Amino acid sequence: MTETTARLVKVPGSKGYRRENPYLRRFLIALSFLFAFLLLALPLLAVLSQAFGNGFQLFWNSLTNFFTLKAMYLTVITTLSAVLANTLFGLAAAWALTRYRFKGQGLMITLIDLPFAISPIIAGLIFILTYGRLGWAYEFFDERGLKIVFATPGVIMATIFVTIPFVAREIIPVLAARGTDEEQAAVLMGAGFFRVFFQVTFPHIRWALLYSVILCAARAMGEFGAVSVVSGHLRGKTNTLPLHIEILYNEHHYREAFAVSAILVITSILILTARSVVERLAKKESGPNVR
Amino acid sequence: MFVELKDVSKTFGQFQASKSVSFALRQGALAALLGPSGSGKTTILRMIAGLESPDSGDIILDGQRVNNLEPSKRGIGFVFQSYALFRYMTVYDNIAFGLKAQKTPKAKIKDRIQELLTLIGLEGLGGRYPAQLSGGQKQRVAFARALAPSPRILLLDEPFAAIDAKVRRELRSWLRRMISQLKITSVFVTHDQAEAIEVADQIIVTNQGRVEQTGPPIELYRSPATPFVAQFIGESTLAPNCQNLIGFEKAPPGAHGAIRPEFVHLYSLKEDFQFGQSAQDGRIESLAFRGNELEVSVRVGEISIVTGYSLERPPLAVGDPVKVLIYRLYAFDQGQAVLMANSRLANGGAGYNFHI
Repeated sequence: MTETTARLVKVPGSKGYRRENPYLRRFLIALSFLFAFLLLALPLLAVLSQAFGNGFQLFWNSLTNFFTLKAMYLTVITTLSAVLANTLFGLAAAWALTRYRFKGQGLMITLIDLPFAISPIIAGLIFILTYGRLGWAYEFFDERGLKIVFATPGVIMATIFVTIPFVAREIIPVLAARGTDEEQAAVLMGAGFFRVFFQVTFPHIRWALLYSVILCAARAMGEFGAVSVVSGHLRGKTNTLPLHIEILYNEHHYREAFAVSAILVITSILILTARSVVERLAKKESGPNVR
Repeated sequence: MFVELKDVSKTFGQFQASKSVSFALRQGALAALLGPSGSGKTTILRMIAGLESPDSGDIILDGQRVNNLEPSKRGIGFVFQSYALFRYMTVYDNIAFGLKAQKTPKAKIKDRIQELLTLIGLEGLGGRYPAQLSGGQKQRVAFARALAPSPRILLLDEPFAAIDAKVRRELRSWLRRMISQLKITSVFVTHDQAEAIEVADQIIVTNQGRVEQTGPPIELYRSPATPFVAQFIGESTLAPNCQNLIGFEKAPPGAHGAIRPEFVHLYSLKEDFQFGQSAQDGRIESLAFRGNELEVSVRVGEISIVTGYSLERPPLAVGDPVKVLIYRLYAFDQGQAVLMANSRLANGGAGYNFHI
């Protein structure tokens, strides 16, 4: 590769074309690839090769193990609950924050961001301090026979906590940018809330909603810190996949640990693919017909 | 009266958007709410529609007090400044929306939309999306959508603001024709006095949340009630201390005056001139060619008066001394605008060919 094809680049804000430095260009591209390969691709490949390295049968056996299946089940339940709760909360909060003027609006926005800023471990401890044996809300739920901490409800609540910003954060800017004219026009023509929401508002936010649900699902599935604190690591009961992997690893069951990790890795890759498909579809739709 | 506001006030936080607004419009009127931005004209429109509710006062439509009536029950068609067309619906579905919400039978909806598409001259475009239309076409669709449920009153918020100047002229006369053809009582908001004068038969002038004056355009031009209206409608030059001008010594001391271009006549010193006693000395500051005449800015004492000068008359150049005869002006006295004639002209200026 001795050719030195310096490309002509239009520099924004300048009159003419400038010669692009070919060495800088190659260096930066190479550096980006090096980082991405060493820190992102290589570890992922290692997980997959470890998982399948001992043959597919072993991989399959690790997956169909009773505790793994239980963990998978809990992860699916938790993820679905988190997605559902955050979709409802996100839509309600986004609607309220962009459509109404009320006291505490700023506080609400800050609160929504809290889970992004706070360490997941602390999120978990908050739940222990509130609903745990020493927590102030323990008695109330205990009397009604509801166990929250070290049980499925706690796992779900902790997951919802850490994923709360995803949907609201994605929808708020879209609604804010749209303004309220279309809704007001619809209301003036006598449309009720559901007609306004589903026919006028929803088409604007459907891609943003789908996109945020995908990201929310990815995060909910992989959540470790907060869930680790509230779950109590009860095998077959309160272990999600990430917790299960940790236990397997700590017990030196490396093969199984990598096999289970492979599920999460593959799901992540699928989710990323889904995300870019959604992004492309959304862009396509906002093209010629609708803007 | 068909549309009536009585003593309506509205406050947003610290900002008083409407201060005891009152006016009345007869059925079939085409009225303009005219005022500078922030003068509260859009708030008035939104209160009539029910998109805002007044803090006090009455809004009466067709004899019924509607303060507590839901927006959708008021029989109002509203055209938004942004048009607010539903982006994800075709033109057909946009226009059909109001009829569907009112549970009109399908066959009837179809007929009504055909009728409206023909009216706005967009037959065959029912399947398009708003993004595939030009600004003027969008405006027409918004108009048809507002009219579809046969409202009693049509409200338009800055209907021409988002359209480029050339199409705007066409649309103005189109809208005027449409509305007079349909005989629907209409109110539109604008900050452009030329637009209000051209389109409306009644103008409601707003300023700082108050209504300054209501009346036909020519009445506002001829007899402005307040200094604001005198300056806002038509071009005029503001003259502080107008008692210093020759012929207006009787003006209230310290009062400001407004001089319209047609109140002034310029005489080149090369011309015969008979009103020497009643004219001021001036000097040409600038000249601009305006197609059929010259727009002249002439310096008289501390003020620069703008007026017209016919191309048929002796040529002027910048710096030339001239005689400036002011026939009349509006003197502002305690919030009133009073038309004063030049007292040194024996006949009060009646000999001057003054007409608007």
